[in-house]
Amino acid sequence: MAKKTLNIVESAYRAVMEEQDDTVLWLLAAMQGAGAQHTVVLRGNAVNYAVAGQGVPGLTVGEWKQTQAPKMDRDVLDLIEKRKIPVYVVTEDLAERGIESRELVPGVHLLSRTALPGLFAEHTLVAHW
Amino acid sequence: MSKKALTVALMDPPYESENLTTAFRILDVAARRGYDINVFAYEGASGLAFTRQMPHPNPVHGKNVAEENHPTTKDQVAALLAETEKNGGKLDWVNCGMCVDERGVGEFVPGTRRGSPADFHAFVEASDNVLVIPTK
Repeated sequence: MAKKTLNIVESAYRAVMEEQDDTVLWLLAAMQGAGAQHTVVLRGNAVNYAVAGQGVPGLTVGEWKQTQAPKMDRDVLDLIEKRKIPVYVVTEDLAERGIESRELVPGVHLLSRTALPGLFAEHTLVAHW
Repeated sequence: MSKKALTVALMDPPYESENLTTAFRILDVAARRGYDINVFAYEGASGLAFTRQMPHPNPVHGKNVAEENHPTTKDQVAALLAETEKNGGKLDWVNCGMCVDERGVGEFVPGTRRGSPADFHAFVEASDNVLVIPTK
């Protein structure tokens, strides 16, 4: 039985254009495929990853064009639906940014900061990214 | 109006921040306008033009190499060189020599060159404006 790891993801939109995804969410998805057991909490600016309908035009430099620009809402949905990784979003961080829960992709769990310690207790390891 | 000369200093390594995407967006516009462009690639940015970068498949995305079409900064540098030349400008891309040696990234995109802080100084003196995009 794999150790249950709680991953608190706070760093957001760092190198997502060059990597075409978030490197932490990518790593967790890849590890889940290897048998790991992860839970994700999006906090701080990373709560924006769960907002549905986001996207960005690919980078263009002269004749060179990026064709697979990142879509972070798609990647969050992939964690939830395909990887079966629970994804929580900190409600206070949503409120501070003016994001309403109805704007989020389906399947994310809302979590108050005061409820975080309870989640810690359910996991063997806690990683803050 | 006389031709503009712009110098940009970069510090971030490829694949670790959004700063370089911002830089390439700015450089692309300058190239399309036919500006003369100087780039001083310092510290991690000295790896931007490293020719042994390779695109890879992405099993998490379920895509092969062609489908993922992973960007490499060496291709962006090469495209910038071509775009600048096409529009009558000149791109002088200098890779900090000591930074390159530290990282073992001495194989550059053709048209870029090895240099030193003295090149950056000369760029600053000769430019209409200078933009430093530092690592934070």
